[in-house]
Amino acid sequence: MAALNLKGITKIYPHSAGQKKAKKKKGEPEKKTNLQVTDQGVIAVQKFDLNITDKEFIVLVGPSGCGKSTTLRMVAGLEEISGGELYIDGQLVNDVEPKNRDIAMVFQSYALYPHMTVYENMAFPLKLRKMDKAEIDRRVKEAAEILDITQYLDRKPKALSGGQRQRVAIGRAIVREPKVLLMDEPLSNLDAKLRNQMRAEIIKLRQKINTTFIYVTHDQTEAMTLGDRIVIMKDGFIQQIGTPQEVFDHPANIFVAGFIGMPQMNFFDARLEVNDGKYAVSVGGCRVELSADKQANLTARKVPAQSITLGVRPSHMVLSKESGNTLTASVEVAEMMGSEVHFHANANGRDVVVIVPTMDARGEHIDTFHTGDRLNLTFSGSVCHVFGRDGKNLEF
Amino acid sequence: MKRSSKSGKAIVYALLILGSVIMIFPFLWMFFTSFKTVPESMSIPATILPSAFRPDKYKEVLEKLPFLRLYWNTILLVFFRVICAVAFSSMAGYAFAKLKFRGKGLLFTIVLMQMSLPSQIFLIPQYQMVAKLGMANTIFALVFPGLVSAFGVFFLRQTYLSIPEEIGEAAYLDGCNQWQTFYKVMFPLTGTSVAALTIFTAVFAYGDLMWPQIVNNDVTKFTLSAGLATLRGMNTTDFPMLMAGSLLAMLPMVILYLIFQRQFVEGIAGTGGK
Repeated sequence: MAALNLKGITKIYPHSAGQKKAKKKKGEPEKKTNLQVTDQGVIAVQKFDLNITDKEFIVLVGPSGCGKSTTLRMVAGLEEISGGELYIDGQLVNDVEPKNRDIAMVFQSYALYPHMTVYENMAFPLKLRKMDKAEIDRRVKEAAEILDITQYLDRKPKALSGGQRQRVAIGRAIVREPKVLLMDEPLSNLDAKLRNQMRAEIIKLRQKINTTFIYVTHDQTEAMTLGDRIVIMKDGFIQQIGTPQEVFDHPANIFVAGFIGMPQMNFFDARLEVNDGKYAVSVGGCRVELSADKQANLTARKVPAQSITLGVRPSHMVLSKESGNTLTASVEVAEMMGSEVHFHANANGRDVVVIVPTMDARGEHIDTFHTGDRLNLTFSGSVCHVFGRDGKNLEF
Repeated sequence: MKRSSKSGKAIVYALLILGSVIMIFPFLWMFFTSFKTVPESMSIPATILPSAFRPDKYKEVLEKLPFLRLYWNTILLVFFRVICAVAFSSMAGYAFAKLKFRGKGLLFTIVLMQMSLPSQIFLIPQYQMVAKLGMANTIFALVFPGLVSAFGVFFLRQTYLSIPEEIGEAAYLDGCNQWQTFYKVMFPLTGTSVAALTIFTAVFAYGDLMWPQIVNNDVTKFTLSAGLATLRGMNTTDFPMLMAGSLLAMLPMVILYLIFQRQFVEGIAGTGGK
C-alpha cells in the first residue's frame, strides 16, 4: 500500500567503448531504432511523469523496446535512474537499495529458485528478514491458500506446470505484503487458455490483497482488463495515460488509436471540412458531420479545415443498404468468429476491417459476403477520431 | 533392415568389448605382476599369470615406503586443492559471469591466457615463490600451485552464465545482499559443475607427480605418486613391488570412483568432454 510519484524519470544507457569509436569514425550516430541517441547514450525512457495513488492498478503497455520494462526495473531498483526522481510514499528512493524499498516483483520467467521447494521459495524473503518461524508458516500457508497451491508446497518448481510456477512466483511476492507489487509480463510465457485463466486470477487476487500494482505487458487485452489506468508507451515516451475506457474512446494520437482495440482501428486519408462553423469529415464519397461534443472540442481549439487521418473502429462501421453517401469497399477476406464476421476489405486505398454480427436483434441470420463483394460502409459522427498529419488527435 | 541393424549392433558391441579389454588389460597386468617374482616379471616370453600368488611384494613395499604418511599427504593435497579450487573458482566464476566491474574483460583474458599455456612454464616461478616463503619441503608447498584453478574459474563462469539473470535479481529483491545471492541462491545451482570440478581437481591432484618431486625431497613429505617414483631404480626396477605399490595407491581413487560414479559420468557428460 503506497503512493508512487515518478517525476521526469529518464534512463540513458551509455554507449559502449566500441560504439563510441564507431561514432567517432562516422561522425554522425547511426540510428538503428526509434529511440533517441545522444552523446551520452541511448535514451530508453524519457521524462516519465506519473502519479500512482495508493492501491491503484497501473498497467504500462506498449510494443517491444518502448521502455516499459525499463521503467518497472527502475521502480524496482534493478536499473539505475539516470534522471528524475522516484518517490514511494513521499520518500525519495532513487538511491535506496531494492530490498529497502519494500517492493516485490513477479518476473516473466518466474525466476523461482530451482533448488528450493515451493514452500522454501515463498518463505525465502521472510527468512531473510529474520521473521518468526510461526509467522513465516502462517503467511506462506495463507498465500498458498489464496493462490490455490497448498497441495504443491513440498514440490520443487521443476515438478510444476507453467501456470502453477507463476502462482508460486506471485505467492513469493505477496507473502512479504509489499507496498508495491511489480509484475513484468507475468503471463507472457503461458498458453492462451491459461493466460485468460490467470488474468482472471490476478483480478481476484487484486481484490484479496491491498496493495499498489504496476503491471507491464505488451498485450492490450491484459492492459484493458486489468488496469485502473493504462500508460501507453512508445520509443521511451508516454503516449497517453488514462482509464481503459478513456484511451479507447479518446486516443491521444494515431499510435494509441492503433495500439488499443482489437482488431485495430481503421485509418483513412480524409479531409476535415468546416462549413458555417460545422465540422465534417469527408472520405471517398462519404461525408459525415461530427457529433456535438467533437464539434465543441474542435471549435474550442479553432481547428481549421485540413487534410487529416480519420480513424474509425471496426465495430463502429455499419453496413448500409443504400449506396449514397457511403464508403465503398471490396471484401478480400471474411473471418467467421461465430457471433460475428470480420471482413477484411479495401476502401479508399486502405485496408480496413469491418465487424458485422452474424445475427440481427431478432435472431435472424444476416446475409454474409464473399471475397470480391462490394460493401457500402457508413459511420456516425460520434465515432470518428480526427488526427492531424502529425498524428495527434485534433480534439486534444 | 532388421538384419543390417543386428549386424551393426554386433559390430558396435565388438568394438566396445575390444575397447574395454584395451582399457582393463593394463590393470590386470599390473595386478598379476604384483604377485610375480622379479625374474618372472622380466622373463621373455612374458607370462600373464604368476606361477603362484605370493603377497611378499605387498609386505615389502609397505616396509619400504611410509604408506600411511603418503596416504595422509595425498589426502591433504587433494582435500585442500579441491576446497580451494571450488571456493575460489566459484567466487571468481560468479564475479566474471554476474558482476559488473572495471577491467573485467582484461582480467578474464588473463585467466584464459593462463589456461592456454603449458603448466610446466609455471613450475620454476612457483618453486621460487614457495622457496622464498620458506615453505619448500612442507605440505603447504604441495598444495600451493593448485589453490586457484584457471580452468575452474572458466568452467564455473560458463555455468553461472547459464543461470538466468532474473534468479539473481529475484534474490536481490527478496532481500539478499551480493554475498547471500551468491551462496544462498547461485552457488547451490552449480552442483553438477562443482561436482565435476571436484572430481577433475581430485584426479589431477592425486596423479600429480612432477610438482611434489620438485618442491619436496623428503619421502615423508611426498604424495603417493612421488613416493612410488622412488621405487624405480637407476639400473634395475623391482616391477612386482612397483606394481604392488601402484595397486595400493590406486585403492582410494577406485573406492571414491565407485561411490561417485554417477557424478563423475554426469560431470564429463555435462562438460561435453566425453
